[in-house]
Amino acid sequence: MSSHELKSGPLEYRTEQGQMNILGFWIFLGAEIVLFATLFATYAVLFGRTADAPLPGELFEPGIVLIMTFMLLTSSFTCGIAIHEMRRGSVKGLTTWLIITLLLGLGFLGFEIYEFIHYAHEGATLQSSAFWSSFFVLAGTHGLHVTLGIGWAILLLLQLAKRGLTPVTSRKVFIISLYWHFLDVVWIFIFTSVYLIGMVV
Amino acid sequence: MAEHTKRIPVQHIVGFVLSIALTLLAVWAALGSNLSTTWIIVSIMVLAVIQAGIQLFMFMHMTESESRSGHVPWNMMFHGFVLAAIVVAGSLFTMSFGHDHNGGEHHQQEQLEQHEQHSGH
Repeated sequence: MSSHELKSGPLEYRTEQGQMNILGFWIFLGAEIVLFATLFATYAVLFGRTADAPLPGELFEPGIVLIMTFMLLTSSFTCGIAIHEMRRGSVKGLTTWLIITLLLGLGFLGFEIYEFIHYAHEGATLQSSAFWSSFFVLAGTHGLHVTLGIGWAILLLLQLAKRGLTPVTSRKVFIISLYWHFLDVVWIFIFTSVYLIGMVV
Repeated sequence: MAEHTKRIPVQHIVGFVLSIALTLLAVWAALGSNLSTTWIIVSIMVLAVIQAGIQLFMFMHMTESESRSGHVPWNMMFHGFVLAAIVVAGSLFTMSFGHDHNGGEHHQQEQLEQHEQHSGH
């Protein structure tokens, strides 16, 4: 595999293996878009089928959703800075910004869990109606992805501490940065088409 | 390679400021403006697509020429987004075309009321 190693350019692209892994991850993200598309389609079709459960407009609060959105947008930004630091060759910068990203991600998760518990208290659970089922499956799948990303990044931080920046670790960090930005892209659409439209209609 | 060694990540900062501004604009359009519901939905969806574009091009290095394998990642993402649009729009169209469950009963009631008014005259 290392028949074709480059001397310059970002570390993660210097081996053929690195290039192929990153390309493969883009294909995975394309498939993830389709997974979320099915959940968005379910949500859109079941919109308004609330039965006796509360209406989305009654439960969605602009304040908390906006805080969650800003936390995730900021974490996407700090994740970008982490990659910037990695490309400057700074392990310390990379680790610091990655930890900030993780803390913001954890904050986001905390708010989401609080939000779900709050909705359940108000009578909107996975079982209350078709609408709320589709809502919790869509938002919950995104939350599950965030949880997975946090666990994954913690393992990578341990590996970075042990091995430092190599073509292999830098490729792994670059791939998780793609994953993290992608979660933000999905959240933008959840924020817009679920929360904003739910509060308007 | 000069762009990777720059001290200040200008592109990221511009992208971050833009995404915050677009979010606030979408919130204002949805909750603070006097637009009709249809126009609110159209405009905030357009804002979301622009913001996704910022993430993909300014943060995710989607057009980076370093991936020399000949495949540029935006191909995959473009296909993904086209499939997503077809799935969402297609489901909505198939499931609600011709019999609108939300407005359906309401609409019938209105027609009935109109009918009654007419017969009353």
